[in-house]
Amino acid sequence: MRKFNILTLGLSAVAGLMMSGSVALAAGAGGQIVERDWSFSGPFGSFDKGALQRGFQVYREVCSGCHGLDYIAFRNLADLGYNEAEIKAIAAEYEVQDGPNEDGEMFARPGIPADRFPNPFPNENAARAGNGGAYPPDLSLIVKARPNGANYLYSLLVGYGEAPSDMTVPDGMHYNSAYSGHMIAMPQPIYGGDVSLAGEGDTSMEGLSADVVTFLAWTAEPEMETRKRTGIAAMAFLLVMCFVSYGSMRYVWSDVKK
Amino acid sequence: MQTQKFKSPVVRWIDHRLPVFSFMHHELHEYPTPKNLNYLWNLGSLAGLALVTMIVTGIILAMHYTPHVDHAFQSVERIMRDVNQGWLIRYIHMNGASFFFIVVYIHIFRGLYYGSYKAPRELLWILGVVILLLMMATAFMGYVLPWGQMSFWGATVITNLFSAIPGIGESIVIWLWGGFSVDNPTLSRFFALHYLMPFLIVGVVILHIIALHRFGSNNPLGIDVNGNQDTLPFHPYYTTKDMFGAMVFLTIFASAIFFYPNFLGHPDNYIPANPLQTPAHIVPEWYFLPFYAILRAIPDKLGGVLFMFGAIAVLFVLPWLDRSPVRSGRFRPVFKIFFWLLLADCVLLGWLGAKPAEGIYVILSRLATAWYFFHFLIVLPMLSLVEKTRPLPQSISTPVMGGAAMAGSSAPREKPNA
Amino acid sequence: MSDTAENKGRRDFIVVASNTMMAVGAGAVAYPLINQMNPAADTLALASIEVNIGALAEGQAITVKWRGKPVFIRHRTADEIAAANDTVIDDLRDPESDADRVQKPELLVIQGICTHLGCVPLGQKIGEVKGDFNGWFCPCHGSHYDTSGRIRKGPAPTNLEVPPYAFVSDNVIKIG
Repeated sequence: MRKFNILTLGLSAVAGLMMSGSVALAAGAGGQIVERDWSFSGPFGSFDKGALQRGFQVYREVCSGCHGLDYIAFRNLADLGYNEAEIKAIAAEYEVQDGPNEDGEMFARPGIPADRFPNPFPNENAARAGNGGAYPPDLSLIVKARPNGANYLYSLLVGYGEAPSDMTVPDGMHYNSAYSGHMIAMPQPIYGGDVSLAGEGDTSMEGLSADVVTFLAWTAEPEMETRKRTGIAAMAFLLVMCFVSYGSMRYVWSDVKK
Repeated sequence: MQTQKFKSPVVRWIDHRLPVFSFMHHELHEYPTPKNLNYLWNLGSLAGLALVTMIVTGIILAMHYTPHVDHAFQSVERIMRDVNQGWLIRYIHMNGASFFFIVVYIHIFRGLYYGSYKAPRELLWILGVVILLLMMATAFMGYVLPWGQMSFWGATVITNLFSAIPGIGESIVIWLWGGFSVDNPTLSRFFALHYLMPFLIVGVVILHIIALHRFGSNNPLGIDVNGNQDTLPFHPYYTTKDMFGAMVFLTIFASAIFFYPNFLGHPDNYIPANPLQTPAHIVPEWYFLPFYAILRAIPDKLGGVLFMFGAIAVLFVLPWLDRSPVRSGRFRPVFKIFFWLLLADCVLLGWLGAKPAEGIYVILSRLATAWYFFHFLIVLPMLSLVEKTRPLPQSISTPVMGGAAMAGSSAPREKPNA
Repeated sequence: MSDTAENKGRRDFIVVASNTMMAVGAGAVAYPLINQMNPAADTLALASIEVNIGALAEGQAITVKWRGKPVFIRHRTADEIAAANDTVIDDLRDPESDADRVQKPELLVIQGICTHLGCVPLGQKIGEVKGDFNGWFCPCHGSHYDTSGRIRKGPAPTNLEVPPYAFVSDNVIKIG
């Protein structure tokens, strides 16, 4: 049996190249992106529970007026470290439409853990009408739905400022250094000090922005911690398996004359 | 019957009436395999592993998926969030498609280098190209199912390729769609076909294996097996080797699934399909990029489509384009250079497929496309005539040069009706 | 895989280790493939419903859907309650006193699923067959239930199940 030959290596290298080629174009496209270290990045990353809870508060008090969270149910908040009673209490603060009742009418009732977060607008047209024609996208998947999602979102939140003098920003638009084309319909959402946090925490614009990004990274991939933990076990097993099956192969092949 | 090969009387009883055990023993156990195969011969069994993985995870996903424009995206998110280990199954399926193509592409280039397409293995090769085509159709339709932005616009662009056919193109596209745009009827039929086609692939794979076992595997020397001293029984030699290969493959595969599951995907596919807005950059999945580059290189709608399909069509006739009697690239010094140039060309096409169709990229795409066809249609036939090949070893087990059997004279592994 | 004669005792430690680990790995892979068919998180979360029983007059019964299956709620008459209490418990196939099956004697809440093979018994609507014991009768294989929903005759092995429920107020119960 020969050792790895050049063709094997060459073809594998090419496969790797091809795959990363498709990713190269995911970057780029416009704005300036700040790269940050996130608690959840890397194979061993996990969500910072404190940041998740603070981020959830920021979402509730700042974002939820316009942006929905369609794929998250109150029961999912257990991941943030809330217990059942707390989740019930949070859910009950929301009004959820239900029905029809015996009279055939739709009615509002307090939310229960099984409900998903109610959308701030009944439909897309209402959302556009309420926001000068722009549609505030649902936030549950936003971190996965943008290239370099977490960093992009953070850069967007802290990217507001004065437009350069050679740029005219029309009414209803705002200058943002991270946004592609640098003009965004969403007004600056976080200035710092917008939220009086329940616990300790940095209430600067950067601190709150980072927290809400952490929260939205969780809403996009609530399975992430389980995934990475399973992955480490799987990789450990497979690596051992590689050695053992290699040994087994060598043993079987030991009597073959080259 | 001389069947002392099975100890168990139950197995013997069954085998006497239904010789499945003999068949398996013959094809998977004693099957004589050249003893000099390198690791590139692992890719065939890996492709089989990938196919089985895709079918198993696919059937599971179908249990939870809803093929309706109003529910498809949401049902995929439900799989990711609520179904027990649904995220794992979906990520395996999603990344599995990419890894299946990686394996198959390496498998194809291995065949190209060692001349595995040459007599008497022409049909084996052609069946392989059929599998590639079926895989492409399956992968394309599967990518539509999550009904994200890339799904929708990918489906729109690819189905529109057929509108290039003169005269009947428009009608064909409307027939494909079942409407006047990609919509619910399109999604339902793509789902049905996406479920069906893997089983067609299995069928062709079985034919591929039957054809393979007729003359046995080619080998890095490209010369025919010259008796028992050149071969080893498949089991345990190649079963253990395939097992090792599978473990290495699974380790790489697992690292993608668990740590970078969306690395090969496109973020836009996490935005629900919107028929009124096309994403700024639409690109196909990476495994289609070289073909996409060829499509865009030709400044004519019909021409682009023809060249793109031609890039695969040319593979069908490859056994008759390359007439050199020497199979392995090891003994063909000039062919070897052109092989690496072709590989580089394909990589270049893949890279260009992901670039915007403007400026220098267009020119490069045209050059690369031209080279691709030049290689198959001009270089290979010419080389068959003029290349001075190096002397072949006598046999696999005697590395003495000179006097090997000519390609094309191989004997089948067993005589029919014998 | 094979243990045949020409396999000349190759099974050394490393081969056995490799095959054993392979089996363990296969088991680990099988788990998610099987477990995915269990109820998903959203299904499990949809647990409870509330039912207003204020309008349910004595002798009447209603059927509500809970977790995709019917729940029978019957406002029992004094005769029915008496009949349920007069039964000799030791004679029953699945001995259970009526008091153990109700929270308030007049209100019986049971799952309308025959414990034999899962059909929905008759006896809810006025005029339907109620069986030999004036409770419910399953038409599929002829199980008779009494006014407490206990099995009295026929193939069913156990009494009709009582779902978990609680009185939210006098007129509202919460099932689940």
